[in-house]
Amino acid sequence: MTAFTTAAETHGFLSPTGVEIAFLLVGLVTFGAALVTVTTRQLVHAALWLVVTLGGLAVEYLLLTAEFIAWVQVLIYVGSVVVLLLFGLMLTRAPIGRSPDADSGNRWAALTVAVAAAAALVWVVVDAFRTTWIDLDGPAAGSTEATGASLFQNWVLPFEALSVLLLAALVGAIVLSRKAKADASTPSGADTRPDTEGTR
Amino acid sequence: MNDVLDVTLRLLIVFVVFLTFPLIIGQTEHKVMAHMQGRLGPMYAGGFHGWAQLIADGVKFAQKEDVVPAGADRRIFQLAPAVALLPYLLVLLAIPIGPDEGAVGQVIDAGVFFVLAVMGVGVLGSLMAGWASANKFSLLGGLRTAAQLLAYELPMLLTAASVAMAAGTVSIPGILDAFEWWWLPWQIVGAIVFFVAGLAELQRPPFDMPVADSEIIFGAYTEYTGLRFALFLLAEYAGIVVLCGLTTVLFLGGWHGPWGADGLGWVWTLLKTAVLAFLVIWLRVTYPRLREDQLQKLSWTLLVPLSLAQIALTGIVKVVIN
Repeated sequence: MTAFTTAAETHGFLSPTGVEIAFLLVGLVTFGAALVTVTTRQLVHAALWLVVTLGGLAVEYLLLTAEFIAWVQVLIYVGSVVVLLLFGLMLTRAPIGRSPDADSGNRWAALTVAVAAAAALVWVVVDAFRTTWIDLDGPAAGSTEATGASLFQNWVLPFEALSVLLLAALVGAIVLSRKAKADASTPSGADTRPDTEGTR
Repeated sequence: MNDVLDVTLRLLIVFVVFLTFPLIIGQTEHKVMAHMQGRLGPMYAGGFHGWAQLIADGVKFAQKEDVVPAGADRRIFQLAPAVALLPYLLVLLAIPIGPDEGAVGQVIDAGVFFVLAVMGVGVLGSLMAGWASANKFSLLGGLRTAAQLLAYELPMLLTAASVAMAAGTVSIPGILDAFEWWWLPWQIVGAIVFFVAGLAELQRPPFDMPVADSEIIFGAYTEYTGLRFALFLLAEYAGIVVLCGLTTVLFLGGWHGPWGADGLGWVWTLLKTAVLAFLVIWLRVTYPRLREDQLQKLSWTLLVPLSLAQIALTGIVKVVIN
């Protein structure tokens, strides 16, 4: 248990601890909820299943002692992103019951991309952390202090690059919304807007 | 065995607080509103100033038929009150009322983030209720709830971050340990912004556009009756307890007071919380409802810049002190 590399020998897959079992079960629930999110035909239900998925991810972070990341996950994704999603749905199109037309026809392309992305991520993570075990009984490896220290000591550059990316997205959103407004005021762009009324 | 007993006892105490404090605030609201409006309020049930009126109301709610509209999304309609109420129970776990280890339900390392994250989840209940009711007034209420949450979550987070910066920790007991009296003037802008944004997140007057009973008939709760409606009401009062408690521990120094810091710290916490709760009720009877555009404007053009200024001030003072 002293070093990460030797620790692998003391852990086997055949005698899992309680935390490992919980991690696996929560993972299964999260995976199931994610599947329902993308396959359900009820739009608002999809958003609510997304809450379960993101919440499940937060629980996984908690089980890995990354408390700060877990709460930020809930705060940003469940508290803001899903609320924004629901706001958008309710503002435009949120029928109760099934929407038979809620299918883009890109089902197979989406599945291919998803499987490819999942395979790449799993491969990278497995390859990078092959024999690493987190010692859950010691001092929390993911406490706010540890996370902050590693973020601002070892990962400052990616962190700042990400903020530039977000800034670019923000500017892009403003540009797009202003452009759409300009288009809507001219008669040629007015008839292309989808009819969003009368869906309820 | 002792650990199990300890945990059970803590959970039990938090649960009792969760069940009683909102009711006390509800009854106080009845009486304070009545007196501020020059009337008496309920006076007969129970004898002394109608104290049992709340229990009578509870019995009435429990006896009502539980109606689910035919066009509603049944499961989500029924789930919504629980989603609205339970987060506040979890938040209460993290609010310390006294200085020692035993005075908090559970010490959480990233406590500030925990409470704000979980409070945000509670609003999902209103959204679910608004959508699942299959009622256009409810849908309008849900929309307004979402718009309001999006506008007021940011100033709340920023001001909480300001206190965390000042204390150098995001754990709530840690913040309280670091508290000095001069934080009060230092963080006063943040405190006001936090409190106002919290009021808006709870949809209390003057920010009750989402429930506006005189125009959209209680918004997301239009179709609710009986016990489920009572649960939403309880969630509102539990929200007041949580918001006042949080403002107390984050900005007003919690158990710190001019005297009696040892042993009587919890009295200070409760006193400050009670004064803030009174303020919440006072605001309800004093201010007219803000219109939707005024509401958004207040957040984006006043509260967000103020909270950013507070963060800048916190940073500058922190650097100067060090």
